[in-house]
Amino acid sequence: MGRSTGYIIGFAIAICLACSIVVAGSAVSLKERQEANKVLDRQKKVLDVAGLLGDGEISAAEVNQLFADNITTKAVTLESGDYNTEIDVAVYDQLKASKDPASSEAAPDNAAKVLRVPNDALVYHVMKDNKVDLIILPIEGKGLWSTLYGFLALEKDTTTIRGITFYQHAETPGLGGEVDNPRWKGLWLGRKAFDNDWKPAINVIKGQAGTAAEDPYRVDGLSGATITARGVGNLVQFWLGEEGFGPYLTKFRAKGS
Amino acid sequence: MASNKEIFVDPLFNDNPIALQVLGICSALAVTTKLETSLVMSAAVIAVMTLANLFISLLRNKIPPSIRIIVQLTIIASLVIVTDQVLKAFLFETSKQLSVFVGLIITNCIVMGRAEAFAMQNPPIPTIIDSVGNGIGYSIVLIFVGFFRELLGSGKLFGIEVLPLVTEGGWYTPNGLLVLAPGAFFLIGFFIWGLRTWKPEQVEETN
Repeated sequence: MGRSTGYIIGFAIAICLACSIVVAGSAVSLKERQEANKVLDRQKKVLDVAGLLGDGEISAAEVNQLFADNITTKAVTLESGDYNTEIDVAVYDQLKASKDPASSEAAPDNAAKVLRVPNDALVYHVMKDNKVDLIILPIEGKGLWSTLYGFLALEKDTTTIRGITFYQHAETPGLGGEVDNPRWKGLWLGRKAFDNDWKPAINVIKGQAGTAAEDPYRVDGLSGATITARGVGNLVQFWLGEEGFGPYLTKFRAKGS
Repeated sequence: MASNKEIFVDPLFNDNPIALQVLGICSALAVTTKLETSLVMSAAVIAVMTLANLFISLLRNKIPPSIRIIVQLTIIASLVIVTDQVLKAFLFETSKQLSVFVGLIITNCIVMGRAEAFAMQNPPIPTIIDSVGNGIGYSIVLIFVGFFRELLGSGKLFGIEVLPLVTEGGWYTPNGLLVLAPGAFFLIGFFIWGLRTWKPEQVEETN
């Protein structure tokens, strides 16, 4: 069946137009819902690492309420460690900022394989009686296959660990994916992030560590997932260090807020 | 001309796209570590394939043969993007687990294969039946693989513990092989073996 060149070009244009309208339409009309999902997901993870999320299902409205009641979000300039009040924390996208050369810097070579560090990062304070009770820091770094994104919760002494969670990664389920295992995450509780000289000390070892009281700086490795476990140790150390939240935590200790 | 019933039933076991035609293996390995992702992927493939082939079938006499593959791909790709957007909006958790594999439905040979082999020659009603049939044939294998991988690899079904794991104080030591891609190869192999024992006419002749 022969067709004229004009017909073919016309047909191609018509198909492309129709398809682009469908694609653009769905992207625009669903965008709001998707953004809400992302925010909700992040709020949930923050509540989770803060230990405020109980078992069982929780509705979106409850998450919003819980988050609004308990958590204050602050932006911190990483280099100085000061709060940056110019940033609107409700819309600040740290991930986007760390990709943009204008709002981030290339990280020096590091074991966690973090490539860029944003100028400003979001920290979450869990408030109790108008005082900061927990500090929640976003953390990220390479595991075996993927970049792990998560949160670390520290007590107001800035060193006692109260929780760790990863909300996004693509490690092997059952092996590296065990970073999601509540039992393993529970092993971090009560351990110390910094040693007596305020150097990042917490690490994931191969094999088993002692209890939090007698072995405060080491966490059990994950069997079958040496590289993921090492990555987690490295990335926690990176974000506690000078390139990460080190300056901020030092100032927090000095001022108590 | 085959009857509608044959068009529907054939791809389930007689002419299964994965087991006999060995198409769509990539996604069958990638998304089947859990039963839930297997199910969502199956639904996504059925939806994309049925809609895409419906449009292709409606346009089959208008599509210029010289650019037909590109036209098919454009239609399929658009629907895949829409599916991805819908999943992100309504099934956020699952869409995170499926990650890029929803996008990769575009390259799923079953979708293109049915467009080229069936939808281009047949009217819309048989095309829909053919697409749903092939989609279900694909889903049967995905669900089979997902069931055994999640059960034996993580001791769970739909994320609910079925076999208590040693690490949680139970008795079952999970099989690490099954959570990795090669585990799916073995399971698909067993599936094909079982199918061809049941239907020996599917065995290829050896020279």
